[in-house]
Amino acid sequence: MTLATHDARWSAGGRMIVDGITLSAAPNRILGLIGPNGSGKSSLLRLLCRLRGVASGVVTLDGRDIATLPRRELARRLAFVEQQATTDIQLTVCDVVRLGRTPHRAAFTSWTEADEHAVSAALERVGLAERHDQPWHTLSGGERQRVHIARALAQDPRELILDEPTNHLDIQHQLSILRLIRRLGLTCIVALHDLNLASLFCDQIGVLHAGKLVASGPPENVLTPGMIRQVFGVEVHIRNGAGGRRHIEYVVDVEPDERP
Amino acid sequence: MSHAVIGPNWAARIGVAALALAALIFAVALAVSVGEMAIPLPVAFRALGNGLFDLGLPVSAIQQGVIFDYRLSRAVMAALCGGALAVSGAILQALLRNPLAEPYILGVSAGASTGAVCVMVLGFGSATLGLSGGAFLGAVAALAVVALLATGAGGASDRVILAGVAGSQLFNAATATIVTTLASAEQARGVMFWLLGNFGGVRWPDLCVATPVALIGFVVCLVHAKALDAFAFGADAAQALGVAVTRVRLVLLATTALLTATMVAIVGTIGFVGLVIPHAARFLVGPGHARLLPACLVIGGIFMILADILSRILVPQQILPIGIVTALFGAPAFAVILYRARRPA
Repeated sequence: MTLATHDARWSAGGRMIVDGITLSAAPNRILGLIGPNGSGKSSLLRLLCRLRGVASGVVTLDGRDIATLPRRELARRLAFVEQQATTDIQLTVCDVVRLGRTPHRAAFTSWTEADEHAVSAALERVGLAERHDQPWHTLSGGERQRVHIARALAQDPRELILDEPTNHLDIQHQLSILRLIRRLGLTCIVALHDLNLASLFCDQIGVLHAGKLVASGPPENVLTPGMIRQVFGVEVHIRNGAGGRRHIEYVVDVEPDERP
Repeated sequence: MSHAVIGPNWAARIGVAALALAALIFAVALAVSVGEMAIPLPVAFRALGNGLFDLGLPVSAIQQGVIFDYRLSRAVMAALCGGALAVSGAILQALLRNPLAEPYILGVSAGASTGAVCVMVLGFGSATLGLSGGAFLGAVAALAVVALLATGAGGASDRVILAGVAGSQLFNAATATIVTTLASAEQARGVMFWLLGNFGGVRWPDLCVATPVALIGFVVCLVHAKALDAFAFGADAAQALGVAVTRVRLVLLATTALLTATMVAIVGTIGFVGLVIPHAARFLVGPGHARLLPACLVIGGIFMILADILSRILVPQQILPIGIVTALFGAPAFAVILYRARRPA
């Protein structure tokens, strides 16, 4: 048992953004959340890591209501990687990763060997060990995302929540970020846009539509032409490609040689 | 830079602290010896020894009086004021994630002066404590107005500055209205002179209020150094790192309001120090707040003492308002910092 929600609701500006969602993540597996823009993915992730409080329902971690956990204790268990978080402050890569040790350190305590070890291990795991002293502003989008993941790993979490970690990255970096997440072996909950990537990298998929969970289960059961038509309003063919991998093809009524 | 967050070992830390203290004492001694009646540095040190430890060293009574009762109190107040404003600026820049945030620009100083003028003109007790209390209420009101405006305008960090400009104008107008309609001519002249900022009237009782406020405020800020670091990527990121964002914001905003209000009540509104010193300090010690805040305290203090000395000697027979001096020397310094810290494209 790990992170779960039971009938979680959250509204903003009089509109129900998360409307009675019940789901649970499997330990050490990747749960992908997909859905159109504004379907409530980001808001649900923020409820899961208690950046917002549920209006009704409950979010549990190992069966305990997370609203009852001290914030620091929660941050030692569960890490969150935001979409494209950046800063104007002149930080280096290791300055950023060190922030991950915040929940482990009391005020006025010095930096310890254990902290230093956690930071270098985290940088090692995301493949940026040699970038230790590089200024944050000189990194590419993909590298920044890796540094954020390293910062999250330095928190020493068992659950990792990522909000569209592949957004605005080229396809090579999208794949390498998702491969990295897959290798971590943590319980991950990831919001994704690309249906093929979701089907390729997630163990379970939850589909959100207008704040409700409309389907959940293994990718092959969830990503059907009927479901995609209903939620995204797009026609698709699903083909079994090389290695038994499923490939979702969008049916678009544009002839290859059509010009405006 | 690479170990900016960790800091060196204890020996190095004590060394740096001793160096900073020595620089501060030297600045105070300089401030004490410079003035219309020039006093040589050795005499200044002897007078300090007499005043502080009753050593009975040979110093003329006039010199002893000028040094201890006028110039020393003034120099210590300048140091506290510069340090407090610089620390407030660093805190606001971190919490609001805006490099332009500082008490003056955000209207906190304007609010504090409105509060202090209310106490002065309408007369709810005119002791330092009464003035500081009025200034604190005004500063909190200004922060509340600015926060409401900024949130209403979408809450982005650039909105905060716009809201601060609006808040500043509002509270400055309120101050002007109170002064022109309710104050006597004599009060009005006094208020206007005080508003531009000057250390002329500072005496030891003022320091009995300012010193504890500045030191306690500084310690409160220092306790939150790690939480401030965590705000680098925004409030959500800080909260995900286990920081109690709402509580930290409330405590630190109240602390900056108190620091600013106390200084405004005693010496008037002084701009630029809160903006420039944190940037200069970041340039020297890096962005980690465990080092940045002490650096702001010391550099802000030294800067303000030097600015006060200049305000007394720049124009013979006349004392310039301190705010003019901080801007005259702060602005070019700021330009240099901006230029040297520019990011490679």
